[in-house]
Amino acid sequence: MTSTRPVSRGGSPSVPELIFGDLWQYDPAPETADPRIKLRYDLFIGGKFVAPKSGKYFSSINPANEQIITEIALANKNDVDAAYSAAAKAFTSWSKLPGRERGKYLYRIARLIQDRAREFAVAETMDGGKPIKESRDFDIPMAAAHFFYHAGWADKLEYAVPGANIIPLGVVGQVIPWNFPLLMLAWKIAPALAMGNTVVLKPAETTSLTALKLGEILQEAELPPGVVNFICGAGETGAALVAHPTAAKIAFTGSTDVGKIIMRQLAGTDKKLTLELGGKAANIVFDDSPVDQAVEGVVNGIFFNQGHVCCAGSRLLVQESIAELFVEKLKRRIDVLRVGNPLDKNTDVGAINSRDQLDKICELVDSGTAGGAEMYQSKCDLPTTGFYFKPTIFTGVTQSHRIAKEEIFGPVLSILTFRTLEEAVEKANNTAFGLSAGVWTDKGSRILKMSTLLKAGVVWANTFNKFDPSSPFGGYKESGFGREGGRQGLMDYGKIA
Amino acid sequence: MPSRLPVTKTPKVYVGGQFIRSESGRVFPVREGGNKNGSGALLGNIPQCTRKDLRNAVEAAAKAGADWAKRTPYNRGQIIYRLGEMLEARSGEMADAIVLSGAGTKAAATKEVAASVDRLIYYAGWADKYEQVLGNTNPVAGPFFNFTVAEPMGIVGIIADDEAPLLGLISQIAPVIVSGNSCVALASEQYPYPAIVLGEMLATSDLPGGVVNLLTGFRKEMLPTFATHTHIRGISAVVNNSEKKELQLGAADSIKRVRAKVSGGDVDWMADRAQGAYEIRDFIEFKTTWHPIGA
Repeated sequence: MTSTRPVSRGGSPSVPELIFGDLWQYDPAPETADPRIKLRYDLFIGGKFVAPKSGKYFSSINPANEQIITEIALANKNDVDAAYSAAAKAFTSWSKLPGRERGKYLYRIARLIQDRAREFAVAETMDGGKPIKESRDFDIPMAAAHFFYHAGWADKLEYAVPGANIIPLGVVGQVIPWNFPLLMLAWKIAPALAMGNTVVLKPAETTSLTALKLGEILQEAELPPGVVNFICGAGETGAALVAHPTAAKIAFTGSTDVGKIIMRQLAGTDKKLTLELGGKAANIVFDDSPVDQAVEGVVNGIFFNQGHVCCAGSRLLVQESIAELFVEKLKRRIDVLRVGNPLDKNTDVGAINSRDQLDKICELVDSGTAGGAEMYQSKCDLPTTGFYFKPTIFTGVTQSHRIAKEEIFGPVLSILTFRTLEEAVEKANNTAFGLSAGVWTDKGSRILKMSTLLKAGVVWANTFNKFDPSSPFGGYKESGFGREGGRQGLMDYGKIA
Repeated sequence: MPSRLPVTKTPKVYVGGQFIRSESGRVFPVREGGNKNGSGALLGNIPQCTRKDLRNAVEAAAKAGADWAKRTPYNRGQIIYRLGEMLEARSGEMADAIVLSGAGTKAAATKEVAASVDRLIYYAGWADKYEQVLGNTNPVAGPFFNFTVAEPMGIVGIIADDEAPLLGLISQIAPVIVSGNSCVALASEQYPYPAIVLGEMLATSDLPGGVVNLLTGFRKEMLPTFATHTHIRGISAVVNNSEKKELQLGAADSIKRVRAKVSGGDVDWMADRAQGAYEIRDFIEFKTTWHPIGA
């Protein structure tokens, strides 16, 4: 039995479309690797797992079913102190170690992550709610790749910064978000260590698990004690980390609001700072683009990782002449996105990371409907427990809508239209952010023209959400400053002697 | 009584390619030799620019910036070289301006002007090279031609050092404009006169009006607006510690890039260390493009 429904194809008579989804349901395909999660995790300081001086632990839940998966040590000011002391002590010898040897430690870490990739993927998905196919095929392999790439820089720093002698900064304090826990950790730690710095890092409070599991790998790799330290907790712990006098640099990835707070906190100090903050990326589709490919790219751009992506293509700018056809195809595509159990290999869209984030998404979506934008949601069923949100698109969006200006950080796409290239550029750049942008067109020269005109740190052409350790990532304007990845990112972890 | 009375010059600031007074009409007198006690001949009444003048200058910088950024690097290099030519040809006049303002002896001033010319020539040569040193292609694991280019930030605010009122100012301006930024610079508060004369040389250098805007006045009045003006994307400042903090606090509102050096020690303007590709890097944005390879 196949059901049919009429589909408009740009004015041509309706033709029936085969919908197999009604006929064949996907069987559950849960990932079975053992995540090897302990009942309780201590802080990782000086190469050892140590009980927190705070004496406190907090629960970490699986957002897919709201069940507690482990307990995590809460670091207070004294714990932060201990971590910085360990890192400062380690810096003396680590920074003097020949680059060749530092590199070998990083290679070891990369290899050990690869060895235990499936285990880490399952742990990451249980802790954060992202689909297993993303943690398995993207987060974990890319984290390993970042260590492998930067390992090779450690003994070649003089080639990274021609005409100058670059030296490490000292102890670097790093704060990372919950959307790509292990990957963001790798982005932060790998270049810092390659340059000869030591690190105190705080993972996000909802996703500390894979950092602490990586602590085990750092032990197995025999990384000298104190070179990397993990302290866990929420905003208070983060504030103590950022304010600590030992920190020579703070590297932060997170929201623009917190980025501003950190800038004010560091004002008047000599600490270096790099910020990778929010975004409201325009994904711009021209009428000569390969439409089906562009639909896939737009879907990937906003629904990848439930839209918990700072560079997500959350504003679709589609050329007016193909807008109707494009939106129609987009609706059909999101109807067949599989939303549900993140551990199921078939799942396209997993769980929202936390109740707080779900509330925030709901609030912004409500503002969109209240403001008169037209909402369309996938017809899928959502699980009854856990935090989920249906893939959502808004049409009839104007530039003054909050859903067109503010970062939603969820599976919500705002669609605007344009007529000319100039109008597309004007609208795309009409934001305080400037992290990324997408361009879909058949013309190579137009790609380069758009790339020149867009005020964004990363421009994807006929693709979206692509990352590579060799490719610098970071924003213009209020999306932050500094780069991560590539030669440019590496240099942000050193100073010219 | 002299047989001919010399014609004195009215000091004006150079904004948007025009010589203007402060919109407020305010001035502060500067005496020859930089004497503060009111003795000595009047060198001129220097415009005491306001926050409104700064906002106007930012508008001028925005208008000029788009075209300047689109000039070819070769063209930008030639124009900065031309500025060097203008300064060399009028080096006597500029050295006199430094001496008259009280910033140094004739010998020191002559040296400072020569170093300023050399600095301009140095950065003129970078115009079509820094991108080759700071940018690169990236060998990503996929069918993409991936490359990183160095783009100008936009409008950069400059707070000039009181030491070396010409060389410091030139050393801050040149690496900012060579990459296609436009700037609004607040001249040394203590020795503003060389900046007035520099404006007259900028006007004859082929540099499009509005790319470099020079203001004179008091830091205390202008600093908060430099820090918080949303359209100023970067700040290059040589200031004291409390001014640095003030700039950084205000900059947080719009995630502005602040490169602050502490005056009176951080910088030896005469040294080779005071120049380089990494001074240019401080005021560029890296943009990475993923261009597909294939059909």
